Amino acid sequence: MNLIIPMISFIPNIVFALFLAFGIGYFIKNVKKLIRNIKLGREADITGNKGQRWKNMAMIALGQSKMVVRPIAGLMHIIVYVGFVIINIEVLEIIIDGLLGTHRIFAFLGGFYDFLIGSFEILAFLVIVAVLIFWVRRNVIRLKRFIKPEMEGWPKKDGNLILYIELVLMFLFLTMNATDLQLQQMGVEHYVEAGAFPISQFIAPLFEGMSQESLVLMERTAWWLHILGILFFLNYLYFSKHLHILLAFPNTFYGKLNPQGQFNNVEAVTNEVKLMMDPSADPFASTTEEDTEEPEKFGASDVMDLNWVQLLNAYTCTECGRCTSECPANQTGKKLSPRKIMMDTRDRLEEVGKNIDANKGAFQPDGKQLLDDYISREELWACTTCNACVEACPVSIDPLSIIMEMRRFLVMEQSAAPTELNNMMSNIENNGAPWPYNQMDRLNWVNE
Amino acid sequence: MGEALVVKTMEEYMAEGKEPEILFWVGSAGSYDDRAKKISRAFVKILNKAKVDFAVLGPEESCTGDVAKRAGNEFLFQMQAMMNIEVLNGYGIKRIVTCDPHSFNTLKNEYPSLGGNYSVVHHTQFIKELMDTGRLSIEGQTYKDKRITFHDPCYLGRANSVFEAPREVLAKTNAKITEMKRHKKTALCCGAGGAQMFKEPETGDMDINVLRTQQALETSPDIIATGCPYCNTMMTDGIKAHEKEDSVKVLDVAELIASSGNL
Repeated sequence: MNLIIPMISFIPNIVFALFLAFGIGYFIKNVKKLIRNIKLGREADITGNKGQRWKNMAMIALGQSKMVVRPIAGLMHIIVYVGFVIINIEVLEIIIDGLLGTHRIFAFLGGFYDFLIGSFEILAFLVIVAVLIFWVRRNVIRLKRFIKPEMEGWPKKDGNLILYIELVLMFLFLTMNATDLQLQQMGVEHYVEAGAFPISQFIAPLFEGMSQESLVLMERTAWWLHILGILFFLNYLYFSKHLHILLAFPNTFYGKLNPQGQFNNVEAVTNEVKLMMDPSADPFASTTEEDTEEPEKFGASDVMDLNWVQLLNAYTCTECGRCTSECPANQTGKKLSPRKIMMDTRDRLEEVGKNIDANKGAFQPDGKQLLDDYISREELWACTTCNACVEACPVSIDPLSIIMEMRRFLVMEQSAAPTELNNMMSNIENNGAPWPYNQMDRLNWVNE
Repeated sequence: MGEALVVKTMEEYMAEGKEPEILFWVGSAGSYDDRAKKISRAFVKILNKAKVDFAVLGPEESCTGDVAKRAGNEFLFQMQAMMNIEVLNGYGIKRIVTCDPHSFNTLKNEYPSLGGNYSVVHHTQFIKELMDTGRLSIEGQTYKDKRITFHDPCYLGRANSVFEAPREVLAKTNAKITEMKRHKKTALCCGAGGAQMFKEPETGDMDINVLRTQQALETSPDIIATGCPYCNTMMTDGIKAHEKEDSVKVLDVAELIASSGNL
């Protein structure tokens, strides 16, 4: 008997530790899968000024500089973002309390603790307001960019689920505080008087007259559901567009530094062109040495042909649709949607990842690819390469680079450009101009 | 167009043992397209007036390959680029000016990795430079109080962050510059980029140039100014689609300056 009682009193701590270990462990497992999938991509050019990269990350991801281009959504987003980052300081206390069986272990901070809890509460309230506005924008006002064809089904549900989870977490946090406040005021042992409750003081009266047991039960339930909810949310990320809260940081770091108009140089082509243009080159010299190697594929028909930054882009996309709403092709009713390019890339990459999992770590051809099975040629040829999507993205995603790689595959591997473009290209080959004019007439304009 | 333009080729400069101040990259549109040829002529008028020693490549110039690259044909692009670089480097060209933002972008950003390193400016930047250094000034008041809206070419503006030069140059005409709701970084494309100029658009419910001209017309302009031969074509067609060709003109910044200065 004497041994059992202390054991029983430790059960909550042990259960907590198990949940915590499982929650974090499963998350790490999925993060590893995520990294493995991203590494399926080709090498990416990540040279360039490191300082500029850190600056971009600080400004764009941490500082949300591109979010506020659209002021209403930007402001709401900053509230939710700051709210979540700061309220998560509270999670640290919850974890220590959970493991040690203490209650509000940081209470010794005194006035500073009051300030912290007080600001968490105000932020939680603001988050609730912002999340409700987000929900209204998606479901009542039905902003155009949230109801495009690619948003049907899971993406729409995913967007709403995230809002519901955030709402529930905030309510649990406030309920936990409200019941705690009530218990503090009743002078119940274990509930030290600590914290300021500018919001939950208005919820606390709802619990007046309740028995101490019921209050403790409510407080504990809210406390447990809150931390379990957070662990659930953490693990939900991998299965959701919500991964952006983490990946926005590496993604803005590895984002393009060159002017938007500068498209990458395809080195493999450079080598071949140099060989073709060099009269002294021995055309057989390089082929005999390397004829066992498969020639490099030009462009991309599947996710493995893209580089890893492009794959990171795909996982980072949170489907906000700012790219699509700025896209001239999409605005004029064409099928192209830069957001869909990113979603398709991610969905195909996930499919490839699952294939690898199911086949003991080696991808087995499944008769599918990114081109045609996900992204149609019609979408690819509708792009004007105007960079509006790149400019609009609040987290430095580059949908245009994927479109370009896929066009390169179509043209260089399949000779499958639209007929008019083939005519244009043969004009360039024959006359050095996209139109069928004689190169010797290049100066005629002077005397016309 | 009246008086003769003074245009010398690099070959002629070489024969004289001289070096020009700058090379004017005319581009395929500027050389062959009837509308764009007028822009080339207007720009040369400005160069002549400012007494700039400039050269053109003439028959030695070939397509930059920009449009082939955007279409996905990296082979053709690099072939064109390497041929042009051979010519440019052969003449020891250091500085290039062009009226075409696509050539501007490719020469400036994409030629260096293939061995072509030049200082490249857009003609609106060069005109601004001529004005800033006092080599060119506008006396005429042709466009005083006219309403002009500037359409940012994607490859000049968003792609290379050149927003102010064309606007500062336009301001010198004493015209009233109005901005479209979507301008500078958020400007809408005219619809010609990415090789669209050379093909029919995909099925949709509107053409991009019609949408963009609609946005321009919302500022009730007398003139839509551009700095790109392709934008010019697209906006001109857009104006026709809106049946406004009698009341609204589409002009290049160079044309506006050339006609404003009574050149």
